[in-house]
Amino acid sequence: MILDSILDILTGVFLLLGGFLSVAAGVGLIRFPDAIARLHATTKPQILGLAFILLAIALQERQVSTILLLIFLLIFQMITAPVSAHMIARAGYRGGIIAPRSLLVDELEQAIDAAPEFDDTERASE
Amino acid sequence: MSPQDNQSTSVAASTTPTASESASARKVSRTEVRGRVWKQLPLLLGLVVLWGVLWGQFSWLNILTGFLVAIAVTRVLYLPPADISGRLNLWYSLVFIAHFIADVTVASFTVAFQALNPRPIPTSSVIAVQLRTRSDFVMTLDAIAMSLVPGSIVVEVDRERAILYFHTFDTTTAAAVEAMRAKVLVVEARIVRAIGSKDDLARIYETEATR
Repeated sequence: MILDSILDILTGVFLLLGGFLSVAAGVGLIRFPDAIARLHATTKPQILGLAFILLAIALQERQVSTILLLIFLLIFQMITAPVSAHMIARAGYRGGIIAPRSLLVDELEQAIDAAPEFDDTERASE
Repeated sequence: MSPQDNQSTSVAASTTPTASESASARKVSRTEVRGRVWKQLPLLLGLVVLWGVLWGQFSWLNILTGFLVAIAVTRVLYLPPADISGRLNLWYSLVFIAHFIADVTVASFTVAFQALNPRPIPTSSVIAVQLRTRSDFVMTLDAIAMSLVPGSIVVEVDRERAILYFHTFDTTTAAAVEAMRAKVLVVEARIVRAIGSKDDLARIYETEATR
């Protein structure tokens, strides 16, 4: 009885935390200045938010099969989110969507400037 | 496996090398095959477990069909084998996971509060971090771990030179940039201690000694 109510309270806390992080992700999506900064808001707090909500479910449904399913859910989310974030960030940087003035330092730009331009020489030799 | 063996022995017989030579060649191929099977096994078992979880039960039929599907999937959708060192330090793996969970939790709330904070959004940076590892696998794990920790996203990867380019949130000062760079290297060191090869470990210790 006491255990059940403790678990219920914990479930509520986790649900609230998950909801808070998801709301913050939504607010960040609107407020942050450019595509990549928005990625910070959407991919990250949202993953912990999801983890909290899955934890809440696990506390209510204490069955091995459910918990295993939740673990896989979290793992796949953790594998796919950085990949999609990376693809968007890469496309965003190359497409020039991020404003260079918004950056304090940009070491990738320096590296690109320093690198020999393979593409042009290849095209010239063709 | 057996047809290959037959072939190798028949080739060996036609070119008539010494018996010990053909035997050693067969032994190499066998250990190679065994190594490949060992490296595939965790992935295969993972897929079987996933299959069972998706069905919601682990009956013998599920496990059998799971194995068939897993083998089919790994055959049809073939991926180049990840270059895993084969070393696994359980204690340092736990250390890495514990640090990782702590990092994700702290940074998630930090970014969440920054999103809700009415003050202007802090400046970002794009930084280059020279890793010490020579392993694609460690590099990938480091990139994923850093990507999951709020405040850093991998923008570009220079695989040849093992450089990761991060877009980092809230780096308003040069000190913050250096702190972020150090953070990436610390995470890399943790991963290498957990699963890295001996070469990578030596490299990590070397740079830490000189620091």
